[in-house]
Amino acid sequence: MSHATTSRTDAGTTRPEPGVDRRPLARRRRNRVLLQVACILITLFMALPIYLIALAAMSSRQSLQKFPLSFIPDNFSTETMQTFLQSTGILGGLINSVQVGVFTLVLSLLIGVPAGYAVARFAFRGREPYQLFLLFTRALPIVVLSVPLAQLFLQTGLYDSVLAVVLLHSALALPTTILITASVFLGVPRDVEEAARIFGCSPVQAFLKVVLPMAIPGIAAASIFTFVMSWNEVLGASILTLNQRTLPAQVLSSLAESPLAYRFAGGFLLVVPALVFIFFMRRYLTNMWGSTIR
Amino acid sequence: MAAPDAPAAARPHVPPPGPKVRAPRRKGSSAALLLIAPSIVFMTLLFGWPMVSGVLQAFGGPEGLTTANFTRMSQDPYFWSSVGNTLLLIVVMIPIQFVLALAMALLIRAKPRGASAYFYIWAIPLAVSDLAAGLVWLTVFTDRGYLNSLLASLGMQPVSWLAYDNYPSMFGAVLIAEVWRATSLVFVIVVAGLQSIPKDYEEAAGVFGASFWNRLWHVTLPLLRPSLQTALILRTILAFQTFAVALALTGQNFPLVVGETYRWYTGLQDPNVASALALVVMAVSMVTAVGYLKLLRDQTEAAR
Repeated sequence: MSHATTSRTDAGTTRPEPGVDRRPLARRRRNRVLLQVACILITLFMALPIYLIALAAMSSRQSLQKFPLSFIPDNFSTETMQTFLQSTGILGGLINSVQVGVFTLVLSLLIGVPAGYAVARFAFRGREPYQLFLLFTRALPIVVLSVPLAQLFLQTGLYDSVLAVVLLHSALALPTTILITASVFLGVPRDVEEAARIFGCSPVQAFLKVVLPMAIPGIAAASIFTFVMSWNEVLGASILTLNQRTLPAQVLSSLAESPLAYRFAGGFLLVVPALVFIFFMRRYLTNMWGSTIR
Repeated sequence: MAAPDAPAAARPHVPPPGPKVRAPRRKGSSAALLLIAPSIVFMTLLFGWPMVSGVLQAFGGPEGLTTANFTRMSQDPYFWSSVGNTLLLIVVMIPIQFVLALAMALLIRAKPRGASAYFYIWAIPLAVSDLAAGLVWLTVFTDRGYLNSLLASLGMQPVSWLAYDNYPSMFGAVLIAEVWRATSLVFVIVVAGLQSIPKDYEEAAGVFGASFWNRLWHVTLPLLRPSLQTALILRTILAFQTFAVALALTGQNFPLVVGETYRWYTGLQDPNVASALALVVMAVSMVTAVGYLKLLRDQTEAAR
């Protein structure tokens, strides 16, 4: 059916060179347009909800009562966000979330980086079972760990503390940290390290002065990933705490009795870091998921 | 001058180039064990110990071992509907996500103008939790939300999308929110997989006159199998863990299995039944993962 239209335009434009078939060119141009249209449609699906929650969170309580709601930011107000931030447990939850995220990141790097280095550099016996063990632990549902851990933490006095959530999140993040850092260290040529050794560095010095600086960007990506995981994790944090809630746990536990404005503000605050994290990680995303999983 | 030179010259001679490459490897075994030991101890304490005590808890009661927790779990009116909802969600959601993610990855590979901006926006939900995704879509689907606002301004009647008696639209809302949130993961894995496939294969097929769909079906998809396989296993296991999106959108109206665990633990304060539910989730996840691996391996062998 497109033949008819293209040949008609051909008849009008091909006067100088009658022998040239312009149909492939027209088809190519049409494909480029279709490509852009498809991309824009998907982008709308992905971005519009984020725009809407930002819009809702930045509207006054009064304008959220109106119906129909306005789709353009015509009465910008920080009232909803302010009320939300002043609700009980929110500021504390925010602080707890950041603390849990940072401590999880540090703990999982301290344990994970040496292990990742060992997996990348040494062909030790038991390397295969160890990697399988890591893959297996990655597949374990969080819920399986959280409930028993809550009982164990109750007995040991760790229950309802930042440390309890940090321990759970580190356990969840560790397999990924090890696998990602291993792939990062694989990317640092062995020769550089050996050169450092020849110039008189001890193994530890060679690692700290030569290998680590080269691996820092990849390790940074892995740490952001860990922080995101911890920031988003809600089930374990809800089960392991009562008063020391993280932000998502606080929002979840007060969902049922909170007004809509509170939930919109909470959702927006939870989404904002995602925009920042993905922006910084976008170059590493395919590397991380491509090389570490297999 | 001669004195400092002597050790410098001697040093490279002690480990000659040949064995030098192998030497750190043999020594490495104990060094490697030292490096991975903390992770093994940590993981045993935080995975092994809770797993064992979780099993004991699930079968534990006031008088020794019992299956009473599982009986209580299965007699709860919410249990079977949560199982049904979870399975229905997975069965409908996974194919949609894979088709959409594949389409998105192919679009990115065609290098449209602004491809990096598209990639960024499409990857954002990767860092959004299911709770946040539920709240994001709540702005759209709630009674006085943006979807009904749109309908009203077009002169149509608003619909109670999330009402208890409107199951299809409630399911649809949860489905859309989960497709929105979790397709990004599949998308990024498929993009990574596509990057590792040389373009030559497809170009060769194109030279021999294969159509787009033929190239996709006979060349690209078979080469993508490892990526699709990991994405499928990962996505299914994660899908079993979804719960906060339904809680945020519908409250208790659309129960999911992990949400029931949360309710038994925090609402009904019964850790034993919660453990029993958790065991069910783990068993189903493990069976699914093993099943997929078997199925996909069989198909690969049959194809050879």
